[in-house]
Amino acid sequence: MRYLPLTDADRSAMLATIGVSSIDDLFAELPPGKPDFDLPTRKTELDVERALQSFARQNMSCADVPSFLGAGNYRHHTPASLDHLIQRGEFLTAYTPYQPEISQGTLQTIYEFQSQVALITGMEIANASMYDGATACAEAAAMACRVTKRNTVLLSGSVHPHYRDVTETQLKHLDLDIECLAPDPMGIEDLIGRVDESLACVVVQNPGFFGHLRDYAALANACQSAGALLVVCVAEPVSLGLVTPPGAMGADIVVGEGQSLAGPASFGGPGVGLFATREKYIRQMPGRLCGETVDEDGQRGFVLTLSTREQHIRREKATSNICTNSGLIALAFSVHMTLLGEAGFTQLAEVNHANAVTLAERLEDIGGVRVLPSAFFNEFAVSLPKPAAEVVEALAEKRILCGVPASRFYPSCEELENVLLITATELTSHDDMDDLIAGLNQVL
Amino acid sequence: MTDLRYTKEHEWIRVDGDTATVGITEYAQSQLGDIVFVEVPDPGKDVTKGGEAAVVESVKAASEVYAPASGTVIEGNAALVDAPDTVNSDPAGDGWFFKMTLKDASELDGLMDQGAYDTYLKDLDA
Amino acid sequence: MDMNKTTHSGNRGLRFEEPLIFELDSPGATAVDIDPPGHNLDRLGGLRRAGDIGLPGLSEPEVVRHYTRLSQKNYSIDSGFYPLGSCTMKHNPRLNEKMARLPGLADIHPFQPVSTVQGALRLMDTLATWLKELTGLPAVALSPAAGAHGELCGLMAIRAAHQDHGQDLRTVVLVPESAHGTNPATAAICGYSVEAIPANASGRVDVDALKARLGPDVAAVMITNPNTCGLFETEARAIADAVHEAGAYFYMDGANFNAIVGRVTLAELGVDAMHINLHKTFSTPHGGGGPGAGPTVLSEALAAYAPVPFVVHDAKGMHLAEHAGAADAPDSFGRMKGFQGQFGVFVRALSYMLSLGKDGLRQASGDAVLNANYLRVRLSEELTFAFDGICMHEALFDDRFLKGTGVSTLDFAKAMIDEGFHPPTMYFPLVVHGALLMEPTETESKETLDQFCESVLALARKAKQGDQAEAFQAAPVLTPRRRLDETQAARKPVLRWKPEPLRQAAE
Repeated sequence: MRYLPLTDADRSAMLATIGVSSIDDLFAELPPGKPDFDLPTRKTELDVERALQSFARQNMSCADVPSFLGAGNYRHHTPASLDHLIQRGEFLTAYTPYQPEISQGTLQTIYEFQSQVALITGMEIANASMYDGATACAEAAAMACRVTKRNTVLLSGSVHPHYRDVTETQLKHLDLDIECLAPDPMGIEDLIGRVDESLACVVVQNPGFFGHLRDYAALANACQSAGALLVVCVAEPVSLGLVTPPGAMGADIVVGEGQSLAGPASFGGPGVGLFATREKYIRQMPGRLCGETVDEDGQRGFVLTLSTREQHIRREKATSNICTNSGLIALAFSVHMTLLGEAGFTQLAEVNHANAVTLAERLEDIGGVRVLPSAFFNEFAVSLPKPAAEVVEALAEKRILCGVPASRFYPSCEELENVLLITATELTSHDDMDDLIAGLNQVL
Repeated sequence: MTDLRYTKEHEWIRVDGDTATVGITEYAQSQLGDIVFVEVPDPGKDVTKGGEAAVVESVKAASEVYAPASGTVIEGNAALVDAPDTVNSDPAGDGWFFKMTLKDASELDGLMDQGAYDTYLKDLDA
Repeated sequence: MDMNKTTHSGNRGLRFEEPLIFELDSPGATAVDIDPPGHNLDRLGGLRRAGDIGLPGLSEPEVVRHYTRLSQKNYSIDSGFYPLGSCTMKHNPRLNEKMARLPGLADIHPFQPVSTVQGALRLMDTLATWLKELTGLPAVALSPAAGAHGELCGLMAIRAAHQDHGQDLRTVVLVPESAHGTNPATAAICGYSVEAIPANASGRVDVDALKARLGPDVAAVMITNPNTCGLFETEARAIADAVHEAGAYFYMDGANFNAIVGRVTLAELGVDAMHINLHKTFSTPHGGGGPGAGPTVLSEALAAYAPVPFVVHDAKGMHLAEHAGAADAPDSFGRMKGFQGQFGVFVRALSYMLSLGKDGLRQASGDAVLNANYLRVRLSEELTFAFDGICMHEALFDDRFLKGTGVSTLDFAKAMIDEGFHPPTMYFPLVVHGALLMEPTETESKETLDQFCESVLALARKAKQGDQAEAFQAAPVLTPRRRLDETQAARKPVLRWKPEPLRQAAE
């Protein structure tokens, strides 16, 4: 077997050293008997490739068709050097940097990642990553309860339904009240009127699930007056190249999904959860943190720090149970941010927005189609004259992935039956838009 | 005369009239190593004998500081927040954690005096 | 060799000093050329960002060199032996990476119509079949993102089952003292209080103490098997029976599944739930901290409570059950993860499973245990093995062999770095003094193990000379950085780069 270096001669010599006669003797403490599995035996590399290609061929790849899919997961161009760098074995095949003397590469990249996330969100500090945006949102709500010593969480209808579901699930046994507001396709929800001194936090998303961009500065003020925290989710980090960051609006915790800058969607995972907050809340923060220090020779170096918050030391009193995080995806995110730089990140965001504006205008020319948000970034909900799921299926037949129907998330909500989420990015060409418009004109 | 009393968890308590001061012992600080963070209770907090009252952290360990007796916190040592190393350098003096009123002074009777604590430490090292 | 030779540049041959990206900033530079948009119409509603973000600008060659140089400061499996106990640092086949990048697997969106991703669903279903078959349990929740997340999945299913059966008064989870910290942390998130179960003299769960504690308030017992001392819990079945007798569930932490794959099924051991770390047992890369995946197999008693999403077979092929409480997931306890789980990790793990097959997996666990026992026997010449007898996939040593030398476990581990090896896991499990936990895995050759053993034995003999404490305390000396001041890092945390004026103000 190509991954197993021991030869039969090695095995015999080692068994003799150990003083047993067979490998099976080493398993004498296991229950007797050899289980028989209904599974195939080993395959050559070529045969494995064939097997996996057969799965791949049954999928419609977004690379091959016009795609307008978003809803929290966005497709962007990835520079070739990004994938090259994250596949360097020294990054790819290292463990968590527990031995800092031989992990300065990973540690410095984490430090740079934390710095980049803090900068783009407009926050003071960020951690080394969570699993994804949804779990980061749940961790933020739990943290807000620890910070405020209150136990009511208010989730806006702007929050991605998966973030909402994960937050409800993860917090359900912690004696907290999670209040979820109805989905808000029109972006008219009043949150300020609901803020009171019982709340640990209000959780919003910007741009919202239906694409609305909103100014949450007044909400932040209301929260602050009431002693509650404002948690802002960012599902599309490219928006931060163009839009006022949550930190500037007064957010206390910003969480997000970094996938869109970190590489292919890969059916939605693995992603990377972004988590940023104010320095004063640092000890209530979940997840790993990397900090700057010096070595014995006085040279600058980096270490994992403040680990007494974490499960391996604090056990049942830890701020979270997270151990393995999304290190490599965080690296990919960071490399992409470094490749873009200030200029590239801003330009990328500009192009995304411009393409979305162009597409919105063209859609508005179709009778019966209405773009719901007045302000958006690269995604917006549209109202169609017929059920969106039917339109999606009909266009998929024409090999166009025209968007995500809101009914996929809210199957029993009639108000949303005709609502479709549509995204345009730098990858959306004018030909793609032509195909979409033509396709919609045929099926509507 | 010394009015210090000790717990098995290596806290000390010094009574002065109606109030008492609480800290951790020289032995405790040496076991923890470099202390990097201390969380002291807010004034007005009620503590119960043996209950968690404060937190002390080194790089690789976090420990609770337990109240040696029941009562109400009068003051936490705010200076430790910015200078947690004081607990290393002067655990029995400036490195105190909090001052409290005592609910029942007789609770102290069960604690060790200096001699008993010294013997206790000797047995730990044996 | 003159180790202190200084150079003008600060570099030392192939070892480079590398600044932060912020210190390499060339304002306006970028490594990504983007054509300007065709128009500048704005529908941002007045929320255009004011001012610069503060990101540095670098060209592509500068970026590539930056990360290449940083990578060279890392130890990795690709470059050397990484016997980090409980972490299963085995070879990461590049075939898996190639497969995960097939456009039909990488470039698919989680919310495409299911009719356009039947291959992805079939792949998930195939992975599930492998995991169910290898464990003998009837169901698996694929979506947990890592081991700790899988633990939460298992405990949430257990809690849902108890609630369903009116057993709300079960509030305690029993966890051995030797457990990973994630076990008690997870139980706490699930709203349970945690009680520790002691180990016996052989390094295994004290079954009598466990049985004595079982009662109507116990919801579950979490046991790692093989345990964190590298030993098989020989009483696992008896424990399971007692736990079930008492109306509780048996959670097995599968972090060490690599030792027993293909040799025993969990059904035989009476397990109700176990997470499987695909990033350990099934070779997906750790990536400097993640991502992983922690699919969690469930017994018949718990299967109905599995979290969404999961693949469902239907008349048209397959679809995803995405809503807890809906007709296709009526008893699901909820959703744990955005989208459809760690799909990219699933692809890699399945690629590995297909490569090895059931015969290769059995051979792999055999070689993993053989390698660990080889280390046990050879190193016992100078080191002190914690618990006598055959070990499983990892060998646990304590620090008795260092007594009186002035050398600590930490010092000894740091000296191993200078010898070119990644140190074992140190000071874990907590039940052993000064623990050194070594897990060689099956992907190391006898030559590598021999070289490691000879180096470690030489270090042990050196330590035992009695006058070498200083040399050990100074280690490592041959690394890009010497020991780092963790106290300073924790007392005055500096967690991000700041522009110089802000930095000065902060100080």
